[in-house]
This record gives sequence, structure tokens and C-alpha cells, in this order.
Amino acid sequence: MHLILFFLFAGFCLAGAINLLLQSHPINSALSLIVVMTSLAVLYLLLGAEFLAAAQVIVYAGAIMVLFTFVVMLLNADREERTMGSRVWRAVGFPAAVVILGVIATAILRSRELGVAALSDGITTTEDLSRVLFHELLLPFEVTSILILIAILGAVALARHGHGEPDGESEPHGNQGRTGTK
Amino acid sequence: MFSQEVPLELYLLLSAALFALGIVGFLIKRNLITVFMSIELMLNAVNLSFVTFAHQWHQVRGQIFVFFVMMVAAAEAAVGLAIIIAVFRARATLAVDRIDLMKL
Repeated sequence: MHLILFFLFAGFCLAGAINLLLQSHPINSALSLIVVMTSLAVLYLLLGAEFLAAAQVIVYAGAIMVLFTFVVMLLNADREERTMGSRVWRAVGFPAAVVILGVIATAILRSRELGVAALSDGITTTEDLSRVLFHELLLPFEVTSILILIAILGAVALARHGHGEPDGESEPHGNQGRTGTK
Repeated sequence: MFSQEVPLELYLLLSAALFALGIVGFLIKRNLITVFMSIELMLNAVNLSFVTFAHQWHQVRGQIFVFFVMMVAAAEAAVGLAIIIAVFRARATLAVDRIDLMKL
């Protein structure tokens, strides 16, 4: 059962990642990435990480990818164009990635002391996770919340309309003639 | 049949393959948003490695590391997409070949 589930969702992962590269429209790439992330959540669950599986679906496949699709639709991104730089990097990039993959794969396959994963291994419960997180790693956790706060402020400051302009000025005219913004 | 085990090497190989695909995407995609998505793909591949090793050594720390990576990735996505919006507003393009100046 574990083997079947692993190969099924590993196949989904790889297919989604390859599709991300093949699609030329960003929205199709974003949807492929959602497939990859949701399959990864199942793989986390197979490895016994139940909290991370939930967080993967909520944070990655939910929040981050919604942000991506919003930006793709907001900017009305069209199909990407093939340029000269693209072709050069395609010639360099594929061999480089194959070499990197080969090096990592040989390093993995050479190490013989890795174990196996089975469905009967049990899961790491959220209680175990939070016991370590809130007792020993409380300070990094709080620092991360400050990081999130700074990121929110930075995102708002960056995505705001240009300085000194009134808000309604740079709105695109013509969406039913009424912007409604102050 | 139903108690088959999966060697952890397979998980690590899948992680390496996803990482390599992320590198390829980072190099060959010409759209700023898709390049950013390739970075997220690489982050996910590394997360899978972390979870695999956490399972191997029965350590909770590996999973907590993934939790922190997720939080940083969320912050990074918010700021990065805000930068993309600002760049698009200034240049009216998302092609990475035309965005070759740090100056807006």
C-alpha cells in the first residue's frame, strides 16, 4: 500500500514539475505547482509528518499559491516569449541540471545506512512537535513571527501605488466607470 | 502485499529530481513569476529531504525546520510578489531579459 501510494504521488509530483516547465502560460505553471505541493503533502503524511502535511496544504497549496494566481491574474501576464538568452540557457541549463542530479543521486545511492518507511511506523503527532517547538525553540518561533510582520509591512510598502499620487489617479479607467476608492 | 516498505532512498531521489527540475525551470523560464515558482519548487524539494531525514533518525527537529522554512517561504512569497508588482508597474513587462537594471 505504501509503495503504491508512494509511486502514485511521486509520479504526480514529477509530472506536475515537468508540466510547470513545459507550459508557457504562467497560470498553467501555477496550477501545476499546486499539484506538486498537494502531492508532497501526501508524501509527508506517508512519512508520518501529519502536521506538516496539513501545513503544506494550507500554507503552500492554499495561501502562497493563491497569492501567485492572484498576481498572475492581476498583472494579466501573457505567454512568455522565446528569446536568445532563453535558448542559450536551455543549452547550458539542461546539462547542468543533469550533472547536479547525477551527483546528488550517486551520493544518495552510495550511502547504505538509510532505512525504510512503512505505514506501520506511526506518526509524529502535533503534540510531539509543539512540545519541542514551544519549549526548546520558543525564541526562534517568536523571531519568525516578527519576520512575518516585517514581511507584511514590506509587501504593503512595495505594492502601494506610487508616492505622492492620489490613489484614484493610476487606477485603470473603464472598469464600469466607477472605482469606488477613496 | 499491504505491508510493503519504501526505502528512503526513493524519497531522497524524488527530492533530488524535484530540485533539478527547479534549477532547470529557474534557468530556462523567461517569465518573472514562473522563475519565482521554480524557486518555490526547489524549496519544496529541500523540505521533502528534511522530512525524510527526520523520519530516518526519529527526530522532531527536522520537521520543525520544515515548519520554519514554510514560514520564511510565505514571507518571501509576499515580499517577492510585491516586488514583481512594483517592477511590472515601472516596466510594464515581466520578461526577465528586459529587466536588467536594479533601478526602477
